[in-house]
Amino acid sequence: MNHTLLRTMTQLLIAPIMVFALYVQFHGDFGPGGGFQAGVIFAAAVILYGIVFGIRAAKKAIPDGILRAMAAFGVLLYGGVGVATMLLGGRYLEYGVLAHDPVHGQHYGIILVELGVGIAVASVMILIFYAFASRGEPDDR
Amino acid sequence: MMLTIIDLTLLFFLVVIAIAVVRIKDLFAATMLLGIYSLLSASIFVTLDAVDVAFTEASVGAGISTILALSTLSLTARIEKGHPGPTWIPILVCAVTGLTLIYATFDMPWFGDPDAPIHQHVAPHYLEASAEEIDIPNVVTSVLASYRGFDTFGETVVVFTALVAVLLLLGGRKGEDNESNQNKDEGGAS
Repeated sequence: MNHTLLRTMTQLLIAPIMVFALYVQFHGDFGPGGGFQAGVIFAAAVILYGIVFGIRAAKKAIPDGILRAMAAFGVLLYGGVGVATMLLGGRYLEYGVLAHDPVHGQHYGIILVELGVGIAVASVMILIFYAFASRGEPDDR
Repeated sequence: MMLTIIDLTLLFFLVVIAIAVVRIKDLFAATMLLGIYSLLSASIFVTLDAVDVAFTEASVGAGISTILALSTLSLTARIEKGHPGPTWIPILVCAVTGLTLIYATFDMPWFGDPDAPIHQHVAPHYLEASAEEIDIPNVVTSVLASYRGFDTFGETVVVFTALVAVLLLLGGRKGEDNESNQNKDEGGAS
């Protein structure tokens, strides 16, 4: 695609979309939103870039390998919080033991877990888009 | 009263779009209509005060699903092929299933009934104790990430598993599949 208007608008939009994703991610405790929605919105920014500037440019900006590692890291972060609470003497995903004050522990646990969800969902959505979009391009890898 | 009018309008449009999606042969238009369907569903969730669900429906249903459907379309055909055979069998199956489902709703508690089983089990504890035990304003997040943290972990693993499945099916090395020489227009989903 070589539409100047689309390219310019996309360039203008991508940064706000990503910031909005971060807002949804870290404001999920206070308003609607959370890891799932934030991850999808972040992925949407990258997918928009991929649609307008081509899948190859998107892969150059955020390569496959990093995303695969991030997808696994997100799930492991979630599971790791559970293991950490077990090591600290609690039950699996019992966030209360993460800090002296159980309520603070809950806050830490929720933020970490939501971050794990956000990273995993964003990486997975981008990778699935890459997988679909790359099929149309013969000499892509 | 106002909410009833809004609800009825939204539900009416949902039915109209559903029929249009079934009738239309152009799959590109059908995909876009499904995106609008999701957005309308999200609006209905907002009128039900389920903003978190509405958010998810708008971003996943209207956003990602539409993009993935369009990506699939760019790899396959754009116009739906006609169905061979009689159409009354599928109509009969749909009608019977729909009537059974409607019949089943008569056994369900009334909409918004405070005595419904869902409001008697753990939900009162979540609503009353969340402020003290977890102390974040959004109870949805405290239920999702803390009280029901195990379920959410399961959901995250499901998303990850979906990725593994897609990569196994579509992400193979290019040399192995023979479809690479069918030249589609550039940019895959563009």
